[in-house]
Amino acid sequence: MITNMKRPVNILITLIITIVMVSCWTDNKKPNFQYMPNMYEPVGYKTYGEYKGFPRQMEAMLPVSGSIPRGWIPYGYKNTPEGKALATKELKIPIEVNEENLSKGKELFNIYCAICHGKKGDGQGTLVKREKFLGIPSLADKGRNITEGDIYHVMMYGLNSMGSYASQTNEKERWQITMHALDLKSKLNGEPLWSSTQNDPTEKETTSEKAN
Amino acid sequence: MKKVNFHNLSSNLSLLLLAFVLVFSTSILAQENGDVKAGEALYKSNCAACHKLDKKGVGPALRNVAEKYERDWLYKWIKNSQGLIKSGDSKAVALFAEYNNSVMTSFPGLSNNDIDNILAYTSLPKPEPKIAVAPVTAKNNDDGNLQNIILAVLVLILLLLVIMFYLVAKSLAKLYKVNGIEEKIEPKIPLWKIFVKNQFLMLVSAIMFLLVAAYFMYGFFMQIGIDQGYAPVQPIHYSHKIHAGANEIDCNYCHSSARKSKHSGIPSLNVCMNCHKHISEYNGEEDLANGYTKDFYDKEIAKLYDAVGWDDAEQRYTGEEKPVKWVRIHNLPDFVYFNHSQHVKVAGVECQTCHGPVEEMEIMYQHSSLTMGWCIDCHRETNVDLENNGYYEKIHEELSKKYNVEKLTAAELGGLECGKCHY
Ligand code: HEC
Repeated sequence: MITNMKRPVNILITLIITIVMVSCWTDNKKPNFQYMPNMYEPVGYKTYGEYKGFPRQMEAMLPVSGSIPRGWIPYGYKNTPEGKALATKELKIPIEVNEENLSKGKELFNIYCAICHGKKGDGQGTLVKREKFLGIPSLADKGRNITEGDIYHVMMYGLNSMGSYASQTNEKERWQITMHALDLKSKLNGEPLWSSTQNDPTEKETTSEKAN
Repeated sequence: MKKVNFHNLSSNLSLLLLAFVLVFSTSILAQENGDVKAGEALYKSNCAACHKLDKKGVGPALRNVAEKYERDWLYKWIKNSQGLIKSGDSKAVALFAEYNNSVMTSFPGLSNNDIDNILAYTSLPKPEPKIAVAPVTAKNNDDGNLQNIILAVLVLILLLLVIMFYLVAKSLAKLYKVNGIEEKIEPKIPLWKIFVKNQFLMLVSAIMFLLVAAYFMYGFFMQIGIDQGYAPVQPIHYSHKIHAGANEIDCNYCHSSARKSKHSGIPSLNVCMNCHKHISEYNGEEDLANGYTKDFYDKEIAKLYDAVGWDDAEQRYTGEEKPVKWVRIHNLPDFVYFNHSQHVKVAGVECQTCHGPVEEMEIMYQHSSLTMGWCIDCHRETNVDLENNGYYEKIHEELSKKYNVEKLTAAELGGLECGKCHY
C-alpha cells in the first residue's frame, strides 16, 4: 500500500524537477549560469557597464568638456550658410593625394556614403532604390558647387536631411573620403579622374619622405 | 495556317487597343497644367530629401502648395530661394525665418514646365489609408487545417487498428473455447520483480544508466558559462534583418569603432538619427504571424525619438534625452582579452564569421559559443595574409622555414600563446 502511494509522488517530483531544469536551460532570454562569477566579472568598470556613482548609472560618458583628442585640429568654419560658403571656397585638402589615401577613401565612402549616394556617387544608393530615402543629390549635381571644402564641411556638420559624420570618422578619414568623392564626381562628369589631375605623385612622395 | 495568322492579327489588334486605352487614360490623369508622372519622378529625385507631402520635414509639407502661393512666386523661389530672400520679398523672408534659416538648395536646372509637373504631383489628393487585410493569418489557418487533417487521419487509423485487434482477440478466444483449450491462470508476478531477480540484466542496466547520466552531466557542466543563442529582449526592437539585410547598410556604418578600437561599440543614437531624422515610419514588409506590423515598427521608431528627444512634428530636438538601456549580448570573461580592430582591420575577418548571419536576425542573438576552443580552432585554420608586410618579411620567412609551410596560420604566428589573450 505504502509503496503504491509513494510511486506517483516520486514520479511527480522528478517530472517537476526535469521541467524546471529544462525550462531554465532553454530560456534564451536570460544569460546562463557561470562557474565562478568573480572570475568572469571585471573588478574595474566594464565598457557600457551600469554602476552607481555615475550620472544615470552610465559608465559610458562624454569626455570632460574642453578635452580634445590627440592630434585634433580645430575646425574653424561655422555651421551656417556663410560658413559653408567660405569652406566651399577656400578649404583645401591638407593631406597628400596618393594611392593609399584614395583606396582608404573608397573603402570608407562605400561604408558611410554609398548607402545613400550610391557607390558611383550618382545619388542612387540602396536606400534610394528602395525608396526609403529620396532626393539624394548626385555628386555631379549641376545646381550645387561641390568642392573639396564643401564635401568636408558637409561631412563635418551634415546638411538638412543629411547627418553629420564627424562621430564616425576622424579628420584624416574625412579627407580620404573627400578625395574619393571628387574622383567619383569627375567620373560622373566624364572628365579625367580628379586624382590624376593633382600634382605629380612622385614629387609628393619625396616631400613625404622628408617629413618622415 | 490561316487560322493562326488570323489569331495573331486579332491579338495584335487587341494589344493596339490596349495601348491606345492606356495612352488615353494617362492623358486623362494628367492634370490640365502638368504631367503627374514626370512630376513624381522630379519630386522624388529633387525635393523628397527635405520635403514630405503630408508632414513637416526639413522644409514644409508640400501637398497643395500650389494653392498657397502664386505660380510666379513659386518659380522664383524654387529656382533661387536665396535670391528671392535677398530681394526682400516679405513672404520669402518670413518663410526662411520660420524654418530656422535653413537654406533650400537652388534648382536653376528646373524649367517652369518641370515645376508645373512637380506641382501637379503635389496637388494630387491624399490617398486613402489602405486597410490592412490579414492574408498571413488565413494562410496560417490553412497550415493548421492541414495538420488537423493529418492528425484526424492518424487517429482514425489507430482506432481501426484497436478495433481489429479486439475482433481478432475475440475470435481467437472463441476458437479456444470451441477447441476446449482452457486458459491457464498463473500467479501474477510483477515485471519489475522478474527484472530485479535477473542479476545480469540489473548489472547491464545499471551501467547503461550511469553512462547516460554521465553523458548528460558532462553536457550540462560543459555548457555552463556559455551563452550561445542568448537573445535578450532589447529596450527598442532593433531589427538587423531590416537594416543590414534588406537595406544592406554596412555593419561598420553603425559599429564604426570596430575598425579602430577594442570594442565594436553600441552606436550612439545620433547615428540612428542620420537616417531616422528623415525616416519616421516603416514602409516595408510586414510579418503578421509574429506581430511585426507597420504599427509595431512605427512605435519602435517613436521610442528612438523619445530617447534622443526628437520632436518629429516640430522637427527639432527638445534636449530631453533618455539613455537607452541596451542589453549586452556578447560578454567575454574578464580574464580574456579580445580586440575587434585587430580582427576586423588587420585580419580582415568578416563580421559574420563570428556573429553569424546577422543580416537575417530579426532579434539579435549570440551565434558562436565564444569558448576558448572556438577561438583556437579558428586560429589554427586561418592563414594570415603576409603580403605587403615589409617590416615583418624576414620573421615570416624564418617562421615558414621553421614550420616547413608556405602559408602561416594565426596559430603559427603565436596565436596559441597563453599570454596573447590572457594577461
Ligand atoms: C542618409 C543618407 C545620406 C548619407 C549616408 C550621406 N548623405 Fe550626403 N546628402 C544626403 C542628402 C539628403 C543630401 C542633400 C542635402 C541638402 O541639400 O539639403 C546630401 C548632400 C550631400 C552633398 C552636397 C552638399 C551640398 O553642398 O549641396 C555632399 C557633398 C554629400 N552629401 C556628401 C556625403 C558624403 C561624403 C557622405 C559620406 C560620409 C554622405 N554624403 C553620406 C544624404 C546622405
